[in-house]
Amino acid sequence: MTEPPVSTSDIERVFREEYGRAVAVLVRHFGDIDTAEEAVQDAFMTAVQRWPSTGLPPSPAGWIITTARNRAIDRFRRDASRDERHAQSVRLQLDQIQRTRQQTNEPDEGDAVQDDRLRLMFTCCHPALAPAAQVALTLRLLGGLTTAEIARAFLVPESTMAQRLVRAKGKIRDARIPYRVPGANDLPHRTRAVLAAIYLIFNEGYTASTGERLVRDDLCAEAIRLGRLVASLVPDDPEAIGLLALMLLIEARRAARVTPEGGLVLLASQDRGLWNRGLIDEGQALVRECLRRNRPGPYQIQAAINAVHSDAERAEATDWRQILQLYDQWMAIAPSPIVALNRAVALSEIAGAEQALALIDGLALEHYYLFHAIRADLLKRLGRSREAAVAYDAAIARTNNAAERAFLQRARDSVRPHERF
Amino acid sequence: MKQYLLSVYQPEGDPPPPDELNAIMQRVHALQAELKAAGVWVFSGGLHAPSTATVVRVKDGDVITTDGPYVEGKEHIGGFTIIEAPDLDAALEWGRKAARAITLPIEVRPFRDQH
Repeated sequence: MTEPPVSTSDIERVFREEYGRAVAVLVRHFGDIDTAEEAVQDAFMTAVQRWPSTGLPPSPAGWIITTARNRAIDRFRRDASRDERHAQSVRLQLDQIQRTRQQTNEPDEGDAVQDDRLRLMFTCCHPALAPAAQVALTLRLLGGLTTAEIARAFLVPESTMAQRLVRAKGKIRDARIPYRVPGANDLPHRTRAVLAAIYLIFNEGYTASTGERLVRDDLCAEAIRLGRLVASLVPDDPEAIGLLALMLLIEARRAARVTPEGGLVLLASQDRGLWNRGLIDEGQALVRECLRRNRPGPYQIQAAINAVHSDAERAEATDWRQILQLYDQWMAIAPSPIVALNRAVALSEIAGAEQALALIDGLALEHYYLFHAIRADLLKRLGRSREAAVAYDAAIARTNNAAERAFLQRARDSVRPHERF
Repeated sequence: MKQYLLSVYQPEGDPPPPDELNAIMQRVHALQAELKAAGVWVFSGGLHAPSTATVVRVKDGDVITTDGPYVEGKEHIGGFTIIEAPDLDAALEWGRKAARAITLPIEVRPFRDQH
């Protein structure tokens, strides 16, 4: 019997799936991110050379972790023999590693690894790091994306992203940001920060804030993968499940949301036959799980709202009363002008555009393009075309996404086709 | 153990009225006692206004002396405390206590390790 040959794409898949796990374990052993990353990259280089002839090892992740650890220890020994002054601290470090291995009895599989990844995630999303840095670190260390890939996804030059990562890793090292799952007191708000970073990744993928393409699929897929990971790592937090459900339900509509030409299609006009039923079923099951737990939070409520939309076979069949109730619940636990704006949209479907317009005119959202876009739509529905056109112009001036701008421009042209202000 | 500098970001302008200032100073003394009792205190000090500062610097081989702070800003360091803490989370916890006591922003910054 011969093993199937190992291709480059097999190794790439293992890299993508196991990089985060391996880095997390190595960070625990060596206490340093750069050492861990170098060692894991060394191990994958070795894998690229060996696996095509030896075949995949029975546990690729275990092989990578063991090889990476040996590489790092070799490197320490080499450094130590070059520099006698350094040697003592290296010996101490190696002793420490031995002790950790004995104490934890080779915990490279199972729960301990889960804990390693969770610890690293809390480090990446530490509130002392800027959100952009949190997102970049999470994608790099846990997602295994290269610096070039992250830079491309966020439309910044690779050197800028490299600098952002170096700076963040430098702060973790120099300010000694700990690798630790926060204590019970801090856990809820620290988990919130992790979820926020993942949702930021998802949103950046879903509605690229600048550029031509409306959806950058890779980031959405990566955010969902990280969302699954967090939901499994903090099973007691229903918000983690809520976030996963929310992302799945939004992702389910991807094929219907963009025309073949890249134009934006609003929820009400989407071809619901294009929705991904598998993702909807999974998202709805998670929403039911959240309801059973009965500890609502913003992500769970947003997921529930999207679950209601997913239930309607036609836009006209949408249960707006239930959606309005969910917005009321959201306003009760976490009121904000943006929630009020979205609640007004639901209200307009039940009580009419006039009432909704009166509600949103008091909101302090002058800088937010959706505020103007929603106002424009309500004005259009009330036949106030001139005001609607002004509001569309205000919305267009406040978004850089090409697909959204094109959509708003079409809507604006439909209210005042021949007039410019 | 690592050392962290906790510095107070003070806006320019007059200090708060005496009653308020007294209450702040009482809280600052209490916090200092707490830092000492916890064994983390290394050093603290409050500074006079930036208008009392003098700058000396080397220019063309000479050392020249000028009046006033090196950089004029809307904020200056009004005082600082050096503490020892095992990691940033512990240092930030003291930083939060200091911010609540002083009611001004506190910058928490690690010292370089000594070699």
